[in-house]
Amino acid sequence: MSVPVLSAEGIALSYPGAPAPVLEGFDLAIQPGEVVAILGPSGAGKSSLLRVLGGLQRPSAGTVRMGGTVLEDVHPRLAVAFQDPCLLPWLTLEANVAFGLDFKRQPPVSPAERRLRVDAAIAEVGLGHARHLPPSALSGGMAQRTALARCLARKPQVLLLDEPFGALDEVTRAEMQDLLLKVVADFGTAALLVTHDIDEALLVADRVVLIGGAPARQVASWTLDLPRPRRDEVATLGALRIDILKALRGAVRRH
Amino acid sequence: MNAEPQQRSFTAGANPTNDARPKGAARGGGLSRPLLGIAGLLVLLALWWLGTDVLAAPGSFARRFSPASAFASLGGLLLHSDLPIHVYVSLQRIFIGLGFALAIGVPLGLAVGTFGALEAATTPAFQFLRMISPLSWMPLAVMVFGVGDRPIYFLLAFAAVWPILLSTAAGVRQLDPRWLLLARSLASTRWEMLSRVILPGVTGHILTGVRLAIGILWIVLVPCEMLGVSAGLGYFILDTRDRLAYSELMAMVLLIGVLGFALDALARALCRRWA
Repeated sequence: MSVPVLSAEGIALSYPGAPAPVLEGFDLAIQPGEVVAILGPSGAGKSSLLRVLGGLQRPSAGTVRMGGTVLEDVHPRLAVAFQDPCLLPWLTLEANVAFGLDFKRQPPVSPAERRLRVDAAIAEVGLGHARHLPPSALSGGMAQRTALARCLARKPQVLLLDEPFGALDEVTRAEMQDLLLKVVADFGTAALLVTHDIDEALLVADRVVLIGGAPARQVASWTLDLPRPRRDEVATLGALRIDILKALRGAVRRH
Repeated sequence: MNAEPQQRSFTAGANPTNDARPKGAARGGGLSRPLLGIAGLLVLLALWWLGTDVLAAPGSFARRFSPASAFASLGGLLLHSDLPIHVYVSLQRIFIGLGFALAIGVPLGLAVGTFGALEAATTPAFQFLRMISPLSWMPLAVMVFGVGDRPIYFLLAFAAVWPILLSTAAGVRQLDPRWLLLARSLASTRWEMLSRVILPGVTGHILTGVRLAIGILWIVLVPCEMLGVSAGLGYFILDTRDRLAYSELMAMVLLIGVLGFALDALARALCRRWA
């Protein structure tokens, strides 16, 4: 096994004033290029976990490492996509994708290189025709693609996705899942996807990690050594699906 | 992308705010609105004419204020007097006053909107100061700043700062916390957070404040100019009175209304452009 691109050891998180900790003793290691789905009942602390892994929230205990170095703060090659596309309404699609690339604490990138990256990211998500549109003119799916392109423009080693397709309709959702897999393959990025949808996890993940309980910890995990695309095979994964569903129900009860 | 147009119309149908339809509907009903507005102005003009030219006895004092002579005077004043200079001076004062109000109100509004304790500490004081007519500071302003433009700038800035401050603070409170989280996930510095997220995020609110401020400024300006200065619309009104040039006085009233209307339209256009 190579050095994990992102790893967490003994993560605990409690909010000041809250009676019980949200997370406790959480371990996870993501290999380069791996897609991990974090599955868990709502309110289990999935989003909190993602914020800790993304360096947006300091854990009360434990360490997060990126490529071996301890992560103290947000990292330029660790991109977070939120459930909401979170586009800035006063910027065009293109400017939204470029947003943050020129920030002082980001690695210096020449304007020409910035342009190239933004163009490549927009092309990757297939929105070249809409690059000058404001966010208000974009559909939900297009907005979510834009958010993904904004992550890609930073050439991330790890993509953290917090239920990014939860608010989309069925068709758009399927398109976005395919796009995510294409992006992961094209960019060689590892991805951690927080979801509550078993089918989504089965479709995209190399590994499914179930968290549950209060405080939340890793309850179970499944490795999916299956070829992609799996769109048509998901139906045949009935046994595994039932297995995961049972475990998920168990996690809800414990929660 | 083959599926894109299909997908777009699908989502747009479910989400009417992204749709062009509401605008279209407004346009359909909006065709007669400007016409109604013009009709209202014509009724106002007719009432004026009725009051001075029809109901007033021939040769009476009121006849000197008739619309016909006012419009004639206005044309004459604009073409053959130094009125354009007075207009220029007044507008300049408005924009300088507004500039001071922005320079003070926006940073203060950002601070008040950001820090809850500061807001709690300042709100009663601001509400108190806001309700004091700026004109009541006039004697004090003249004592402190002397005769001339400076007390006018002070009074105008004092009048305009409140709406700007309060809308800026309201804008900060309504900022989407997810925007701030996004900027933080991109390792923004404090300055980048302010200049790239917070300021653009509250610009709409600031412009609303500017629009309110312009309305107040324009009302406060004329009486301010009636004291201690020798140029501007307020000065010119008193001058027409002293010269017993009543048609010119009415022409000035008309002009102040027209300019105020234009300023407000400008501010509204700014708001719309941003929104």
